[in-house]
Amino acid sequence: MPESPARAPVLEVRRVSKDFPGIRANADISFALGPGEILAVLGENGAGKSTLMNVIYGLYRPTQGELRVRGQRLRARSPRDAIAAGIGMVHQHFQLIPAMSVLENVILGQETVKAGQLDVPQAAQAIVRLSQRYNLEIQPQRLVASLPVGLRQRVEIVKALYRHADILILDEPTAVLTPQETEGLFAVMRRLAAQGTSLIFITHKLREVMTVADRILILRQGRVAGETTPRATTETQLAATMVGRAIAPVVSKATRPATRQAVLALRNVRVLNETGAPAVQDVSLEVAAGEIVGLAGVQGNGQSELIEAIVGLRHPQAGRMTLDGWDIARASPRQIAQRGACGHVPEDRHAFGLVESFSVSENLILNQYGRAPFSRLGVLRAHVLKRHAAAAAARFDIRLVNVDQPAGNLSGGNQQKTVVAREFRPDLKLLVAAQPTRGIDVGAIEFIHNQIVQQRNRGVAVLLASYELDEIMALSDRIAVMFQGRIIGIVPGDKADRNRLGLLMAGVPV
Amino acid sequence: MSASVLTRTTSWFAIALSALLLSCAFLVQFTGLGDFPWMRLLFGPSALNFTLRAAVPLILGAMSGILCERSGIVNIGIEGMMLAGAFAAFVAKTGTNQWPLAHSLLFSTGVTLLAGAAMGFLHAALAIRFRMDQIISGTAIILLAQGITAYFFDRDAVAEGKFGPAALPGLADLPVVGPLLFAKPPLTYAALALTFLLAFALARTRWGLRTRAVGEHPRAADTMGVNVLRLRYLNVTLGGAVAGLGGGFLVLEAVGQFQEGMTAGRGFIALAAVIFGNWHPFGALGAALLFGYAQAIQNELLLAQISTLPRQFISMLPYLVTLAAVSGLVGRVRPPAAAGQPYATEENVA
Repeated sequence: MPESPARAPVLEVRRVSKDFPGIRANADISFALGPGEILAVLGENGAGKSTLMNVIYGLYRPTQGELRVRGQRLRARSPRDAIAAGIGMVHQHFQLIPAMSVLENVILGQETVKAGQLDVPQAAQAIVRLSQRYNLEIQPQRLVASLPVGLRQRVEIVKALYRHADILILDEPTAVLTPQETEGLFAVMRRLAAQGTSLIFITHKLREVMTVADRILILRQGRVAGETTPRATTETQLAATMVGRAIAPVVSKATRPATRQAVLALRNVRVLNETGAPAVQDVSLEVAAGEIVGLAGVQGNGQSELIEAIVGLRHPQAGRMTLDGWDIARASPRQIAQRGACGHVPEDRHAFGLVESFSVSENLILNQYGRAPFSRLGVLRAHVLKRHAAAAAARFDIRLVNVDQPAGNLSGGNQQKTVVAREFRPDLKLLVAAQPTRGIDVGAIEFIHNQIVQQRNRGVAVLLASYELDEIMALSDRIAVMFQGRIIGIVPGDKADRNRLGLLMAGVPV
Repeated sequence: MSASVLTRTTSWFAIALSALLLSCAFLVQFTGLGDFPWMRLLFGPSALNFTLRAAVPLILGAMSGILCERSGIVNIGIEGMMLAGAFAAFVAKTGTNQWPLAHSLLFSTGVTLLAGAAMGFLHAALAIRFRMDQIISGTAIILLAQGITAYFFDRDAVAEGKFGPAALPGLADLPVVGPLLFAKPPLTYAALALTFLLAFALARTRWGLRTRAVGEHPRAADTMGVNVLRLRYLNVTLGGAVAGLGGGFLVLEAVGQFQEGMTAGRGFIALAAVIFGNWHPFGALGAALLFGYAQAIQNELLLAQISTLPRQFISMLPYLVTLAAVSGLVGRVRPPAAAGQPYATEENVA
């Protein structure tokens, strides 16, 4: 493998900057991509990786700088121009149409027509040929809605190859995959590179970069913070370059309290999804005081529905759920939060965690606005709200201009700290945290992890759902893995390794 | 999966309903069943002829709705586009009364298409360029059409002549179905042909694939190099022309004159047909025939002077059928995923 592009680069990014109103997302970025090379672009959330890729793919126009493809200047006004130049992109959020077939999704925009009709047989043949050549088996006539995530990703890759892409951008492709599926993707990437395709691989996961990349470009706050190769660096060095400082390890956990008193107990719980199909089946799980139980699994295996049932947003169709011995199967979210002293950090903070148009101080009392000291005779007391908010902001390190600013104006990390400040109440017994660190910066992640561990150390029962295996493994005392709505295995935290958890996530009991 | 099963179901509904009505018509014609007055009322040639006549504007309105909504623009302004088409047809016809009838009628048909297209383009511009709420801009289209047509309507003008039946040689001589289906005026044939053409084009052509993609997931289509906004402009403009033709049918083929507000809610019933037909041309055809049949029965009952029911109740029949049909399907049909959502890119925001 080449250490640097030996032959003429296929893609050159020259001093590209991209401004949005009030923010410079990319500043003076330059790099080159060699033929058959896998270049990893590493950076935190908000480092400007996706913006840069959208510039290359023609979805955004650069404010300054230029792109060159095989020596020719590329002025992409839309993805059409980028596609014509041989650039393909697999977006982080798949750009597939679930109601249409694989074939229709692949040929869209690039249709061959015979006598006014789509030439379906010819397209089907071409797709089968491509999928054989690159070991990407897919069936052209299947409906995309019926495909699991891993196969949908294949459709995306085939889509790009069908357009003769020889520069392929993969934007966070492993976020939705199990460790084993990730290995499979890496095999495909190596095969593509061996046959001459150049790949740009966007990620924030250090291990993956070290495994698959020929070269590594690190972005921080919209700028190039470093360029290196896996052989010349270590994960620790990469992390420090990515974040801009050394990263402290998670606070040490206190030894487990001796009592094994279950705070949350689920027995044979069954929950239906919106369409009436069972999303959670026969789930039995206990969470004891002073313990963190991690809920792992690939997205869409019933974790969200289970969490919603526990906090009262959904009622289970069958089974028993008790919180401190109290039956919560029919309780409302408010009852569970108040009487059960349950805190909930929801998966989607924009939809469920905050009222974005409300002020920070109002968001901080959403679960107790009706009580003293926040209201008197049904009227909110503004000065109490402000004092409360100022104290919470200081304690939870929420960086804000003032407590009256709308919560929607805060950064993701500060929004999440606001939710945490509200939900981590003094009398907390059960904490249900779903994806508590999704899409926030490393500083905020550290802070929230520390807060969760502190709660556990003072005897709170914690259920932590996350799609990030690293997060689950770092924090959990026990790890329950969900697959197709069932808990397929429970592994003690100190005996968990990625391989074993990955197999469980893929539905293989071990 | 479920969506395609349902599409097939609604298409089957159109076939089953047509087969049921036709076979009953045969029985009434050729067996003793024809001796029962109720059977004659329900399935006689008069009721079935009226069914198709009432269904044609609904079919055209529904095809307009499908053209717009499958590309992601909700069109509740069909009623207004139809009214504008009807008025334009009347103005063109009265202005060319002295021309040979065929020329005058063809010219008027062209004008009605253009008037409808203009209304469609206006709706597209409001919804796409200015990203106005599509329900509001559709309502604006209706109010605009009502106002303009009422203001400029010359109550003394008279249109002379309308499209007459054109029998298809051979087919028109078939018993029962001949006179029912193959001895019709040209716009009726046009509406039926358009249904088949649209069903074919949506499923099998490049334009159809792109239209469906843009209505389901415009961003995905955009990343694949499809010009989302241009396609939406095209489809909504075409949809306006088709709705205009539905109004033109009323003036040039059915009534022969214009009256204020003569579309009388047909645009909305056409919208119901789109929903009942699950946004598929054949499904909408079946729904339009069902609603047309309800109007025919209402007509027959009024003509037969049934006095046991007040006539106001009988007049409600088509609307009751519409209401029952659409409410019975709520939650079981699936609109195009992106219908009603404006599509914003970095360029058209800035």
